[in-house]
Amino acid sequence: MRTLLGGALIAAGLALSGAAQAEVKIGMITTLSGGGSHLGIDVRDGFTLALKQAGRTDVKLIVKDDARKPDLAKQIADEMIQRDKVDIMTGIIWSNLAMAVVPPTVRQGVFYLSPNAGPSALAGKGCHQNYFNVAWQNNDLHAAMGGYMKSAGLAKPFILAPNYPAGTDALTGFKSLFGEGVAGEIYTKLGQKDYAAEIAQIRASQADSVFFFLPGGMGIAFMKQYAGAGVELPVYGPAFSFDEVILGAVGDAALGVKNTSQWAYDLDNAANLAFVESFRAEYGRTPTLYASQGFDTANLILSALDTAQPSDADAFRAALEAAEFTSVRGAFRFGPNHHPIQNIYVREVVPGDGKPTNKLVGIAIENRQDAFAAECKM
Amino acid sequence: MAEPGNAIPDSPRSGGSPLPPLGGGLGRGSVESWLNAALAVLLLAAPLAAIGLGEPYYANLASRVAILALAGVGLNLALGYGGMISFGHAAFFGIGGYVAGILAQGAFNAAPVISWPVEVMGSDSMVPIWLAAMAVSGVAAVAIGAISLRTSGVYFIMITLAFAQMIYYFAISWPAYGGEDGLSITVRNGFPGLDTYDPLSFFLICYGVLMLALALSWRIMGTRFGAALMCARMNPERLATVGIEPTPVKLAAFVISAMITGLAGALFADLNGFVSPSMLSWHTSGQIMIFVILGGVGRLFGPVAGAALYVLMEHVLGGLTVHWQLPLGLILLGVVLFARGGLVGMVAGGARHD
Amino acid sequence: MTTALLIEQLLNGLQFGVMLFLMAAGLTLVFGVMGLINLAHGSLYMAGAFVCATVTGSTGSFWLGLGAGALAAAALGALVEIGVMRRLYGRGHLDQVLATFALILIFSEGTRMVFGAQPLWLDMPKSLSGHVSLPGGAVYPVFRLAIIGAGLAVAAGLYVLIQRTRLGMRIRAGESDREMIAALGVDIARLYTVVFALGAGLAGLAGAMIGALQSVEVGMGEPVLILAFVTIVIGGIGSIRGALVGALLVGMVDTMGRIFLPVLFGLFTDPASATSIGSALASMLIYLMMAAILAVRPKGLFPAHG
Repeated sequence: MRTLLGGALIAAGLALSGAAQAEVKIGMITTLSGGGSHLGIDVRDGFTLALKQAGRTDVKLIVKDDARKPDLAKQIADEMIQRDKVDIMTGIIWSNLAMAVVPPTVRQGVFYLSPNAGPSALAGKGCHQNYFNVAWQNNDLHAAMGGYMKSAGLAKPFILAPNYPAGTDALTGFKSLFGEGVAGEIYTKLGQKDYAAEIAQIRASQADSVFFFLPGGMGIAFMKQYAGAGVELPVYGPAFSFDEVILGAVGDAALGVKNTSQWAYDLDNAANLAFVESFRAEYGRTPTLYASQGFDTANLILSALDTAQPSDADAFRAALEAAEFTSVRGAFRFGPNHHPIQNIYVREVVPGDGKPTNKLVGIAIENRQDAFAAECKM
Repeated sequence: MAEPGNAIPDSPRSGGSPLPPLGGGLGRGSVESWLNAALAVLLLAAPLAAIGLGEPYYANLASRVAILALAGVGLNLALGYGGMISFGHAAFFGIGGYVAGILAQGAFNAAPVISWPVEVMGSDSMVPIWLAAMAVSGVAAVAIGAISLRTSGVYFIMITLAFAQMIYYFAISWPAYGGEDGLSITVRNGFPGLDTYDPLSFFLICYGVLMLALALSWRIMGTRFGAALMCARMNPERLATVGIEPTPVKLAAFVISAMITGLAGALFADLNGFVSPSMLSWHTSGQIMIFVILGGVGRLFGPVAGAALYVLMEHVLGGLTVHWQLPLGLILLGVVLFARGGLVGMVAGGARHD
Repeated sequence: MTTALLIEQLLNGLQFGVMLFLMAAGLTLVFGVMGLINLAHGSLYMAGAFVCATVTGSTGSFWLGLGAGALAAAALGALVEIGVMRRLYGRGHLDQVLATFALILIFSEGTRMVFGAQPLWLDMPKSLSGHVSLPGGAVYPVFRLAIIGAGLAVAAGLYVLIQRTRLGMRIRAGESDREMIAALGVDIARLYTVVFALGAGLAGLAGAMIGALQSVEVGMGEPVLILAFVTIVIGGIGSIRGALVGALLVGMVDTMGRIFLPVLFGLFTDPASATSIGSALASMLIYLMMAAILAVRPKGLFPAHG
């Protein structure tokens, strides 16, 4: 009798200790359909790859598609916070959706880690202790290219970007390090697919080069139309305009283009080489920078979970700020406004295996800290 | 023969009472009345049960049903009873939403919303916002209706669509109110005596407004004006021979319908804490039409049934598959082709003969 | 503003107008002959693009893809007409609007289920992917010129069809008086199917050509659909000539508006605001134009009958 009772107690104790580790719920709202979908798909795939490699059973990921609609994203966010009671939210690609979702989310005490969108409004005055950006601040990659083009002797670039927070950040960032004297500046419509009018204006201006920020499907449409239009000006942009998927769709028209990025798949560190190889093995394609961002975000969360639980907000926040994880970018640290301080590299598009690909050719800025850190009063 | 103050004689089935039975039309029978009562009770009971079970999120879902039903009640007045196929009712839905959003943010920022010619401060109290939303929607409807009602048939459909598109592009272009990215409402508006952040309280407010609108709709259709409206739909020449011009009747109905839909828009903005131009898109106009059709065109509680069915499908089917709009489309097609009375028509019978 | 830029933008407006015409022609025929409002026309445009992309991808020939796209859209149109539209003739406009709106949902989700949610990329044929120099110093892509050419050829072909052939005669008669031609022994059901399929084929052709220029994705037909409706209302429902004039008008106004209005506002505000105000006003301009035309000519510029 006593042994039975003892056995029962031990079994109960074991069962209870197994249940004591509470499940952490992560809600990912990202763009899985439409013209910008390969960004969200890569973020999701990088994120889930990291979760899979960690093999943890206490993390549950819920993924929903926002179709690049701010009202839909807001609705899904409300659902995830109120019904699913997520502890951490992540995933948003587009800065206009981020502006709709992030402020109410962090104000409700939920942590938000951005694997992509980094609007200036949330880096400076709108910063919040629960908001972290694991990718970059919007202006950074564009500023780097602005500085690079200036030092390359290009005096009159024609610059264009879509008309949404990241687009305005892009051209503001570009001009911050390029300075005055752009030949022309156009904001296109987000999701626009026909660039005939803009290309005509580029041709008619006295520009010596073109800098454009058109992520996802917009970039593909622009490059295809630009290539056929006979405007022979050299093209530059951030990595967003020239990621591996865009290069695959655009083809040889993109050869020789330079772009800036905080990551390249040929970055020479062990974590990155392992990441690229495992991503290729798992999904059959080369990861884009979005995948690397998703991967890093997941690993950051997992590293913080080793130290604290989201239910203990202050401890978890401190763990996130410490960023004790192995990033595919090499050394990783946050600035005081929870945005990364990191190198920005230059890549060139070269012929690859069946389609063009990016090759790391240099560093544009070392240890770039975003331009808004001083405005953040955290 | 027509008696003074009561141009259309009562149908024998209604027993000669001055108000029509709750069937909403002329003598639709008691099955529909029971169905309406059942719908009203179900819509109230579901969130109460959800809260009792500790799932307050579903009260928000019920609020969503109530608000979308309210938008449909508005459209039903113009389209169902009045026969005006407005493909631009999203314009009023969106106007109501933006008025609510702009006033709320004005109050939050403690800055005047309009400075000239008269200074208008923002407000974070629901009732003034509702009145403002209804007023602006009404004024817009007078302008839109006056021009659109000069046309008929497919031209009317196109012109109402065109006006809605104009307002949509205007909202996108106005950077001060967020443009394409929409306008976030930081704080939910207040209602005297209630905590509007509480899902149940907010739902009760929406439910109360919906019931009021339904009562108003029912009352209107029971008056001489309502009868004239239905006659304007069925046979405008005949109405004119009785001495009533159809156009002013239709315009009045159009304006009232717009105000109800505008009120729904204001509540919708408060529910989501967000206003976006998508509230003004033709897709939204189509969706409001779907609520009305699914439930039953010209049926009092049709929009309630339709909105409930739509939201149910969105959540139940949407949870099963991301492609839930395919069965929605099939059901809608089926209703249009085969079940012309909608949900209410299928249950309560009595299809319209026009 | 150089001459070259002006010429190039005029050609852009022309190209957009011609593409709208391909959509509007089918829409106006269907409404003129059958009295049917068809919101699913945009889905037929999308279907043509998807089939073209798939066939081009597997055979490597854009021309095969183009033909396949147009034919597939026509076939789909015929199927839809037989299956759904037949039940809608004589029903009120409300039923037609809702039934075809339901078809949009069905086609969009169906396409997403079959092809996935990501866009497909379609390459222009090599023979058409260069650019040419035009008088005035302008340089213009060959593919866009080809679209303009194709559209004008279709316009000419439709003119010949409507004015010079038996089928065209029946179509014109059907627009005037449906019951009469049935009484005269014309097989109305077949005529309707042919007209619907013709309109659908034109939409599919437009979708395939634009798909090569931009991208092929679900929902690509919807912005075009709304503008096509505006076009036929401006031009006069039932009139091909009206569709052509209306389409060119809308194409020019939209393109020129999108270019010049931001420039105008750029004189007062910063580029970002100038663009959003300017381009949105350009979009509003189309509807303002439609309202103005309807105020003066309530049945459009060239109403088909009276």
